[in-house]
Amino acid sequence: MTGTTLFQAVVLVLVALGGTLVVLARDPLRQVVMVSAFGLLLAVLFAALQAPDVSLSQVAVGAIALPIMILLALARIRRAPR
Amino acid sequence: MAALLGWALAGLPAFGSPRASLGILIDHLGPSVRHATDMVAVVNFDARGIDTLAEEFILLAAATGVAELLRRARGEESGPAVDQRSEFGPDPGSEALRRVGPALVGFTVLLGLYIVAHGHLSPGGGFQGGVVLASAVILVYLVARYADLRRAAPLPAFELAEAAGAAGFVVVGLAALAGGSAFLANVLPLGTAGQLPSAGTIPVLNLAVGVEVAGGITVVVAEFLEQTIVLRQRVRGRR
Repeated sequence: MTGTTLFQAVVLVLVALGGTLVVLARDPLRQVVMVSAFGLLLAVLFAALQAPDVSLSQVAVGAIALPIMILLALARIRRAPR
Repeated sequence: MAALLGWALAGLPAFGSPRASLGILIDHLGPSVRHATDMVAVVNFDARGIDTLAEEFILLAAATGVAELLRRARGEESGPAVDQRSEFGPDPGSEALRRVGPALVGFTVLLGLYIVAHGHLSPGGGFQGGVVLASAVILVYLVARYADLRRAAPLPAFELAEAAGAAGFVVVGLAALAGGSAFLANVLPLGTAGQLPSAGTIPVLNLAVGVEVAGGITVVVAEFLEQTIVLRQRVRGRR
């Protein structure tokens, strides 16, 4: 097994682990942090699979845009009723 | 179910095969025919540019939908911005963010502009750079207050940027049509591969997409922010 293949296998396992942890996180706020970390792991996976454009897009969407929108929706829901 | 999945997975071809014949063709022809070094940009903005045009308009439609859905409803009024600090007691915020944030904003803008400008040379391009630029705007909000964000990044400017980016893409395509070639044909001078001004219309389209995405993402996040911080239910009943 070459070094690249080993690295890809390790990142694949980490991605599987990250996805499971996202599901297992019960509190939505913790889930947002896990989603962001999972997005970064996916970006590393895409870079390991030699797709840097997709990796950059994944960082942009999965670690920037998506967590921000979820956080803002959570803040809106949790705001104290007036 | 698991047995079926296992049987299906066992029948897959080996990792990394089959080699995509079209991809190999683009790899061989791209640098010589289009003088670009990022083949993804060649496919996105030249070989299949009409696809990117549709994707751009998806983002435009999504931002318009969000702005429409989150407009001020009949039972809501916009009051003074309730930032987290006054809402939940004296919260000084994150010390690290307040110290490092302002420097990060400038660096993020520079990084976003770099990724947009070098779309035809290195991985990245309009979409990725545009989101990085939008994240710089959001970083301004994280470091300062909502009022500072409205002052530094006025919403009408970003709505205009979003529309101008989408229109710019179509205008470049129509300009090629007016010149006698096909819609979105690469008609600008190609230059030498590897330099910043090269690959014809690809960097121009990258710039249009970058502006559009930066504006679109900022508009969406600003609408969400406004919903959380500014709008609130009008008190009914007691008059």
